[in-house]
Amino acid sequence: MRYRRGQRVRVAARRHEGHHRTPGYVKGKIGSVERVHASFTNPETRAYGADGLPKQPLYLVGFAQRDVWPDYRGGSGDRVYVDLFEHWLEDAE
Amino acid sequence: MERGVHDRGGWATQAPIDRSEHELADWELLTDALVGVLGHAGLMNVDELRRGIESMPPEEYERASYYERWLFSIETVLTEKGVLAAGELDARLGK
Repeated sequence: MRYRRGQRVRVAARRHEGHHRTPGYVKGKIGSVERVHASFTNPETRAYGADGLPKQPLYLVGFAQRDVWPDYRGGSGDRVYVDLFEHWLEDAE
Repeated sequence: MERGVHDRGGWATQAPIDRSEHELADWELLTDALVGVLGHAGLMNVDELRRGIESMPPEEYERASYYERWLFSIETVLTEKGVLAAGELDARLGK
């Protein structure tokens, strides 16, 4: 596990052809690791018939809503949480 | 950045969100069961199901209902794997 709870991470903004589980609205955004889930088979290769190995670490990452949506009008403490695989995360500290 | 038709979060729209529920038809229940069976049989996993749905032409994706998308994906993936022959379903349905 490369990241620990509380660490700030940036979601990679790279293009990716094909199935992946990283929603476009958090690409390029900075959040913090809320929870280290565990490692799971990789849906990006399983989606094409492979076994998904090696397993990839999965994290729960929290973002401030105001960082995600430029015109967000809700409370400043509002957050959105997304499960993200480690290979989509970059160090933002 | 270019996003797939399924990658929906934050898409600007003025259209109201349809929150209505409907009684599931038999074919929808069977489609759900079929995906479970295909998983148990090792013929198709949920990531392949998702990928098949995401590969739909955008206009078709927009038009299709939830389980119609599943059916599209099942046919796509099983045809790729040779479990179904190309056009086999249409032929059996007499289309």
